[in-house]
Amino acid sequence: MMLEKGIEEKTFYLNLGPQHPATHGVLRVVLEMDGEFIANSEPIIGYGHRAHEKMAELRTYQQYLPNMGRVDYLHALAYNQCYCMAVEKLTGIQVPERAEFIRVITSELNRISSHLLWFGAYLLDLGAFTPFLYCFDDREHILDLLDRITGSRLTYCFYRFGGVPVDVDEEFIAGTRAFISRLRSRWNDYDTLVTKNVIFINRTRDVGIMTPEQALKYGVTGPNLRGSGIPYDIRKSEPFSVYPLFDFEIPLGERGDVLDRYVVRLQEMEQSLRIIEQALDKLPEGPIMAEKVPKRLKPPEGEVYTAVETARGEFGIYLVSKGDVKPYRLKLRVPCFSNLSVMPELFQDVMVADAVAILGSLDLVIPDIDR
Amino acid sequence: MTAFIKDTLIGFWSLLAGLGVTIRYFVKPIVTVQYPREKLTMSPRYRGHTEFIIDPETGSHLCNACENCARTCPSNVISVTGVKVAGTKKKRAVTYVLDYSLCSLCGLCVEVCPTKALKFSDEYRLAGFSRQDMIIDVIARLQAQQRALGLPEEVPPVPEAEEAKTEETKGGEGES
Repeated sequence: MMLEKGIEEKTFYLNLGPQHPATHGVLRVVLEMDGEFIANSEPIIGYGHRAHEKMAELRTYQQYLPNMGRVDYLHALAYNQCYCMAVEKLTGIQVPERAEFIRVITSELNRISSHLLWFGAYLLDLGAFTPFLYCFDDREHILDLLDRITGSRLTYCFYRFGGVPVDVDEEFIAGTRAFISRLRSRWNDYDTLVTKNVIFINRTRDVGIMTPEQALKYGVTGPNLRGSGIPYDIRKSEPFSVYPLFDFEIPLGERGDVLDRYVVRLQEMEQSLRIIEQALDKLPEGPIMAEKVPKRLKPPEGEVYTAVETARGEFGIYLVSKGDVKPYRLKLRVPCFSNLSVMPELFQDVMVADAVAILGSLDLVIPDIDR
Repeated sequence: MTAFIKDTLIGFWSLLAGLGVTIRYFVKPIVTVQYPREKLTMSPRYRGHTEFIIDPETGSHLCNACENCARTCPSNVISVTGVKVAGTKKKRAVTYVLDYSLCSLCGLCVEVCPTKALKFSDEYRLAGFSRQDMIIDVIARLQAQQRALGLPEEVPPVPEAEEAKTEETKGGEGES
């Protein structure tokens, strides 16, 4: 009797997260499953909301500095830089060139450490444990270098309005040069271990294809966008700081699949090494702090928008001042929120195992989305 | 069929190549620091909690209780009180207490200090069993450091109001 009527077709719901090792934070994705395939998906965010934008309105400009290290903790220095740039633009503070160079060097080192962490964590999602140990070994060297001048290892609060508070020393420069040659010697190991591995290629090739149209529609930026073949990088298209002085390329993918995004990130690390190398060669002498930066900062009335390229894409700050010691309004444009928005389209009609591969390849930092 | 065999062989080779990397690093020296048995040296700019710099001239701290650090702190970590020292116009710190559990290690207090009285300590083993363990009395810490260096201990000046109060309470006890 039952067979004659046919089996009733039903979908069921599956929670990916909020406490799931593959979501790298408290992100919850509700998956509507049609058997092993995903029929619909919906990300649910906000578990890590800390009201960073509201906090800005309650604190003075200086007091908000440590918050910037905690929005995207993996590339904190770029966030530091963006906030400092916004306030400097509003107040009209000129940053000395040496300070800009130090900012670029430290920020690019931080970008490499962020990509290395993504590399390890992503392969951990795919079930490969060994690469995690190698990339964390390399990352440890960056953390030691940054610890040497910034004083912290993760949630940096290093840049100040008008420059940087401490200068780099000879040991840092020598250590950075040694690290560059060390990391370059490791690319071969990474390729042998992961990029050429057949299991890895089979799991990532032609999975989670993001077309350029989709990427533009959702405002995806960063390596995810460049993996789809669109050459958009704030460091090139709207150059800030001293980036125009350096010769570097924007790595691009062709198909926009998971493997392309992976390759783009690996190549980006090499480009960051090139930037650091050139910056160390050209590092000018001079002051590291602008003169006459008032301790009690009161920017004139006005509004600014500044954007930087972080490891995950465009991060922008829209800052409105009413001439008070506290910002009137501060809006954070975070890259991960847009990068997450495209996820339901990529999840359409893929299997759960691939969903983990796609989610990881977007390199989401959940506190950045929730902020 | 040949394609299948070819795929299998390439797959097997990529597996062996990956194992080769592992084996090569297996024979290299170990870099791990055996933490609890080996003590780490902190980098020169390591940001621990703040402490007073011992001034080589006076053998004590330079804090004049201006409370700039307390005002600039984003998390209201610092509470500092001071009194005027008799005979001079300068103030001097009586208490300087940090609630380290709230600190976000931005370093603004050290930068804002007009007398350059503060520095970061290199203490990193700060785990405790209660919130009370996170409250750091910086003056008590200075006194301990002075004892270790064989210097005369810092004696915080006693506030006048408190002096009067203590006398009152003593008197009250006598009456009853």
